[in-house]
Amino acid sequence: MSSRPPRSSSPAGDRPPAGGDSPSIARQGKRTGERVIITALFTCAVLSVAVTVGIVAVLLVDTVSFFSQSGLVEFLTGTVWAPGAGAGEGGQYGMLPLLSGTLMIGVGSIVVGLPLGLLTAIYLSEYANPRVRGVLKPTLEILAGIPTVIVGFFALQFITPDLLRRIFGDDRVFIFNAAAGSIAVGLMILPIIASISEDAMRAVPSSLREAAFGLGASKRQVSLRVVVPAALSGISASVILAFSRAVGETMAVTIAAGNTPTMTWNYFESIQTLTASIAQTVRGEVAAGTVRYDALFALGMTLFLLTLVMNLVSARIVRRYRQVYS
Amino acid sequence: MTASAEVLAPSRLRRGASRTGFKIFVDAAFAALLFMGTIVGVIALATLIWTIFDQGWERLVADPAGFLSNYVSRLPARAGIRAALVGSAYLMVLTALFTFPVGVGAAIYLEEFAPRNRVTNFVEANIANLAGVPSVVYGLLGLGIFARFLRMGPSLLAGALTLTVMSLPVVIVAAREAIRAVPEGIRLGAYALGATKWQTVSRQVLPAAMPGTLTGTILALSRAIGETAPLLVIGLPIVIFSLPNDLRDPVSALPLLIFDWTSRPQPAFAAAAAAASIILLALLLAMNAVAIFLRNRYTIRW
Amino acid sequence: MTEERTQVSQDEDQREIRIANVVGDRAVEDRGPVEVVFRLDDVHVSYGSFLALRGVNLEISKNQITAFIGPSGCGKSTLIRCLNRMNDLIPGARVEGKIHYHGQDLYGDGVDPVEVRRRIGMVFQKPNPFPKSIYENIAFGPRVIGMRPDSMDELVERSLRGAALWDEVKDKLKQNALSLSGGQQQRLCIARAIAVAPDVILMDEPCSALDPMSTGRIEDLMEELKRDYTIVIVTHNMQQAARVSDRTAFFTAEAAPGTGDRTGLLVEFDQTDAIFTHPADQRTEDYVTGRFG
Repeated sequence: MSSRPPRSSSPAGDRPPAGGDSPSIARQGKRTGERVIITALFTCAVLSVAVTVGIVAVLLVDTVSFFSQSGLVEFLTGTVWAPGAGAGEGGQYGMLPLLSGTLMIGVGSIVVGLPLGLLTAIYLSEYANPRVRGVLKPTLEILAGIPTVIVGFFALQFITPDLLRRIFGDDRVFIFNAAAGSIAVGLMILPIIASISEDAMRAVPSSLREAAFGLGASKRQVSLRVVVPAALSGISASVILAFSRAVGETMAVTIAAGNTPTMTWNYFESIQTLTASIAQTVRGEVAAGTVRYDALFALGMTLFLLTLVMNLVSARIVRRYRQVYS
Repeated sequence: MTASAEVLAPSRLRRGASRTGFKIFVDAAFAALLFMGTIVGVIALATLIWTIFDQGWERLVADPAGFLSNYVSRLPARAGIRAALVGSAYLMVLTALFTFPVGVGAAIYLEEFAPRNRVTNFVEANIANLAGVPSVVYGLLGLGIFARFLRMGPSLLAGALTLTVMSLPVVIVAAREAIRAVPEGIRLGAYALGATKWQTVSRQVLPAAMPGTLTGTILALSRAIGETAPLLVIGLPIVIFSLPNDLRDPVSALPLLIFDWTSRPQPAFAAAAAAASIILLALLLAMNAVAIFLRNRYTIRW
Repeated sequence: MTEERTQVSQDEDQREIRIANVVGDRAVEDRGPVEVVFRLDDVHVSYGSFLALRGVNLEISKNQITAFIGPSGCGKSTLIRCLNRMNDLIPGARVEGKIHYHGQDLYGDGVDPVEVRRRIGMVFQKPNPFPKSIYENIAFGPRVIGMRPDSMDELVERSLRGAALWDEVKDKLKQNALSLSGGQQQRLCIARAIAVAPDVILMDEPCSALDPMSTGRIEDLMEELKRDYTIVIVTHNMQQAARVSDRTAFFTAEAAPGTGDRTGLLVEFDQTDAIFTHPADQRTEDYVTGRFG
């Protein structure tokens, strides 16, 4: 009894019958359909390069136009940012106040986010039982998913009036202040630091922990002296990434930290960041081709370069730490 | 040399025998510190949500139908989110339509077809970098190229394209991970039957990777929906009294409206902003719930 | 040769007698002129600069079961994957020498690996059913190669019968294939392979991930399958080779002088009973009597 399936009734000349009598294994047809599809897929992948080219082109063109109308030196060293009215001529375009505002928020948010994020990461990685982790990790994800406008609203409506002003007093804390912005952004980057650091800590081989426990070390000592140092490159990468995110953050700082370009170090005062300046400008009417319009792109270029450098550094650190354990 | 009897006495094994009381205290304090540090984040989130509801709930339930169906107004009591809500919905649908095929296509190419060479490495590095570009810079891209150079103006199309470009890196990463998770044996089995590479990818690999891909895409979209900066920069209107009929029509968005209302001094607008935030959070919750449901129900357990 | 045997310990004698009995139990078939399906001429396989296999000369005959045996790392899997060009998928893989399939050069210009694989099927060590229904698993192959059967249902049934799986799954064709047991999954993979009406079925250690019961069932299945297909099987299990195959090829690996790299080579290829009861090469004898490997 033959249990072999019968030969199919394929159309004549379509394909020689499989099996048996000298089947030809030569290429049947050119399969152009597949080539077309692969080309289409390739195009999708290359589109990402087009996006980068687009970003760089758009920023570059108008930045160059900006610098043809306003000085590069003033941009890099000037301490007053006061775009002129209307088309913007006659204004001063020194970006140092904006850069200082951005840095204040960046550093401030790290001061808030790093300790909290790191503590959370150590807790989740070394101390928490699976049930607690099962609750805490989604909570962190929710925190990360809150839109920045809403965090900004929270900063304006709660952090400043009910927290900062209550503690430090109405006369010291402005309605818009850098501290509120820092806390808001700090809350937003907390999940980044916590999540990436936790991954880095969990990647530390348990044999290292076991060796330390075996010597009689306590959990605290193992966490602080074995795990954290071993995961240090991952933790550093997460901090740089978080800082980069803080630098690029727009809405929360615009709402909470204010729109006053100034060279202050007082966190209770109102400031303006690079991003907030862009947001503020576009809310008004800006005619294309004017200095005020081009200034947007000069600021954008600054932001792009800052975050690009930080992301590259962070990626380099991540690559190095991945090699250590693989 | 034998150990002295003292060292081996049973009492030495009890907890604290060799650790001083101080050390035990430090250990416990550290654990408490960790727990408190973790809790701060939780408390902050809870406070945030409480603040939103405390300020917005009354406004919302006072006149829910009106809030949802009115357009904006100078009077906070009459202001509604209609244009913004519908605008966000349209933007989301369009962004999904653009992002999904391009993102999944790029992921398939990079995972299944791309040769291991410098070009591929460059494309991959490029995508990783794009994921870290601030959203406001994407807004500038949208402004300069879509709104102005391609003359789309502050329209639904320009907004959707800007959000698409911003979401692509995230979707590509999610899709690649899902494709990578499909075991090699599936591909080998298909090839051994005489399937071509595309037949294998399209009929076996991709369907198996679809739950993870969809989950990742929905999560990326839910992030895009909460974004304000790019839409602000390309100039989407806040004050608008009509719904879009055409891709080239201007369109508003919910986060934009929240931003505008938050920036106004009147407390009634703050309440309106909070109410709108509740709606936005509900939308996000729904999307995330769908994504998680998909992941739990349809992920293949190999 | 028998004189050398007398030196062997009693345990080894017993084992040989067992093998000889098994081999002897199989009816000697009157084969007549045997058609050659594969002829390998001086085949070398390398991965990059590493030579995995050298100087292989053998013939695979139609409607027979040919077994590749030998210790790990001697190139058996490498060789079997050359027979359906699955080796092409490994970057840097290179085949020198000639592999003739029904007279055609398997690696010649103009030969399409996809067409090759439609005629030469493969069953893998770890069962790899698709995460779809049992029906869809079988139907996938015929669909993608463009078979248009008059009734797909019938084709599915015939394939499942051919793999001795029909009775167990006929009421649950729509169920997910991953819900089957390991042995059932492997038979499903066999059914999947025969659904595309191949000429040859290659099996790369098909039973090593299965329990003895399932292994036995698949070995029985092979006896039936060889009536319609030519079968080549790689196995670590000597007894399996002795039980099942008509011809056996014994491979080993030898270190190249200088480097530490071990290159596989074919030691002996003969009728199975010859390999197991009176091998020509000392290395073969050492392996089949269990002195090494």
